[in-house]
Amino acid sequence: MHKIAFKSLLNRKLTVALSILTVALSVLLLIGVERLRTEARNSFSNTVSGTDLIIGARTGSVQLLLYSVFRVGNATNSIGWDSYQKWAKDERVEWTIPVSLGDSHKGFPVLGTSTDYFKHLKYAEDQHLQLAQGKVFSRTHEAVLGANVAKKSGYLLGGKIVLSHGSGEGAMSEHADQPFTIVGILAPTGTPVDDTVHVSLDGLTAIHEGWESGSASLLSTAGVLAADENRAVPLPVTITAFYVGLKSRTSLFGYQRAVNQYREETLMAIMPGVALSELWQLMKIAEQALLVVSGFVMIIGLLGMLTALLTGLNERRREMAILRSVGARAWQIFVLVMGETLLLVGVGIAAGVSLLYLILVTFRPVLREFYGMSIAINPPSSAELLMLLATLIAGALIGAVPAWRAYRMSLSDGLSQQS
Amino acid sequence: MLIDINDLQFTWPGNPRPTLNIPSFSLTQGERLFLHGPSGSGKSTLLSLLTGIHLAQSGSIRILGQNLAQLSGTKRDRFRADHLGYVFQQFNLLSYLSVLDNVLLPCQFSQLRTQRAGNPKMQALHLLDRLDLHRHLHQPVNALSVGQQQRVALARALIGAPEILIADEPTSALDAERRGAFIELLFECAAEHGTAILLVSHDPQLATQFDRSVNLPTLNHAAMEAEDA
Repeated sequence: MHKIAFKSLLNRKLTVALSILTVALSVLLLIGVERLRTEARNSFSNTVSGTDLIIGARTGSVQLLLYSVFRVGNATNSIGWDSYQKWAKDERVEWTIPVSLGDSHKGFPVLGTSTDYFKHLKYAEDQHLQLAQGKVFSRTHEAVLGANVAKKSGYLLGGKIVLSHGSGEGAMSEHADQPFTIVGILAPTGTPVDDTVHVSLDGLTAIHEGWESGSASLLSTAGVLAADENRAVPLPVTITAFYVGLKSRTSLFGYQRAVNQYREETLMAIMPGVALSELWQLMKIAEQALLVVSGFVMIIGLLGMLTALLTGLNERRREMAILRSVGARAWQIFVLVMGETLLLVGVGIAAGVSLLYLILVTFRPVLREFYGMSIAINPPSSAELLMLLATLIAGALIGAVPAWRAYRMSLSDGLSQQS
Repeated sequence: MLIDINDLQFTWPGNPRPTLNIPSFSLTQGERLFLHGPSGSGKSTLLSLLTGIHLAQSGSIRILGQNLAQLSGTKRDRFRADHLGYVFQQFNLLSYLSVLDNVLLPCQFSQLRTQRAGNPKMQALHLLDRLDLHRHLHQPVNALSVGQQQRVALARALIGAPEILIADEPTSALDAERRGAFIELLFECAAEHGTAILLVSHDPQLATQFDRSVNLPTLNHAAMEAEDA
């Protein structure tokens, strides 16, 4: 019986191949979107690891997270250096990383920080930053590049770069008088660190000396303050935010509350995990819209297959009558058509999943190289397996339609001449 | 008695008058019966009842003593597979199977016919040889002539020696000279397997070769009533 079914399928290979392709592409889209969604989440979650709190000026917690960690958007306000000093010296604190943003180099954000950044910042599963070449900055006009910055701009150790005021490609004026020397290049991390130019807080202070309200004064354009490593640089007045690692997580809520209630300056302390889940809440609608669309593509795919099957059925009345005449039971006709649909959907699912892995394997190096996205090649998650199962069940339900029709037809037509 | 019909009445749903009204009809062991059925005489309906596709509203059809109405649908299907060979007017074969696999089809659905054939493949080859088709075993079915296709269908209907062979206008696609030859071959092969023949056709010229000839419009009182009305 299955030999007949198989040969019958082979006889209609074009329709069969197209049906399988339809299902395969729908599965590819459905699982691909799900994969992309979880990978995007992972990649976001991987960016901050081991940081207990992020403290900045009061704003939305998602906004603080976005600009302080992902360099998305601009800080509305900065926080005072003395506030940072006070909370960094708290006895519950193990380490802090100050972060100062606002400048850029050829579109890459410039981040002013201390050497603690390289010591304490962790990403993914508790991994420390690694230097691929060179060393951490130690002098005022030295810079450490993220992996992508070095790769895309082709900079080498010892090269000189000039920072621009403001961010983005169209950043305004340049701090041309005070170039920075590249002393280190970080290993790739798959996080925004790769796209960042790191300099010391002193460096940022130095290039902004003599700048008032966003433009250079005569003093600086005249080159009076030009790079002089021996000149003492005053302490920064403000920073954008700082990351905090606590000695014990039990003190987390107490410390957070204390920061939030600080009277001298309005500060806000956020837990990166909590802010991330708020971000997911925001993105949920877009994610769900994507999922719904790919769900509909799946339904359309299955309906397309149903159309092909039903059309094919009319052409197969002859075949059914012959099978009935040699003794095929009516239920065997049902099983024949049903089994055929399930096989098509099954093979389609397998092909779709294979195609996804093929694409992942093929494009992984490209994604890593050009977008700094590292995609893990994992076996299908339980959510994905559930989707595949749902597809199979939907396929079975859809397959029941032509199977039932064939069953009814074989009962009524019987052996009568139908061509 | 292979086929025994008594007071058979059949009305298609939605039809005011019965299509079939046959007081009595029978086919005996090894008999070769010609049933003359012009179009509209209820030929297709009678065949669908004899093959157990449909059931009559009243009266009975017994095949090999078994009242078909007492069997479930699936059991009627199995009964048909075991005891009936069937030849259509044309397009008898599944195009995606080889000539040999087409002949072997009934053995896939009937254990009884597989047993009776002994070695189904040997019997199929023997039948095809007998029907002068041994050179076409591996040819695609579509490459065969209509006459060759009908002979393959004949081999299929006879494999595993069913008691009854029902042929529905098996020669209508053949030209005149070939018709006689086909009937001859049909008789010879059926005789070898002890299979009785019920051949239905609108062409009365075929009747001369048969043991007995029955006119369906005479047999079927419903047709006469319809003509009177």
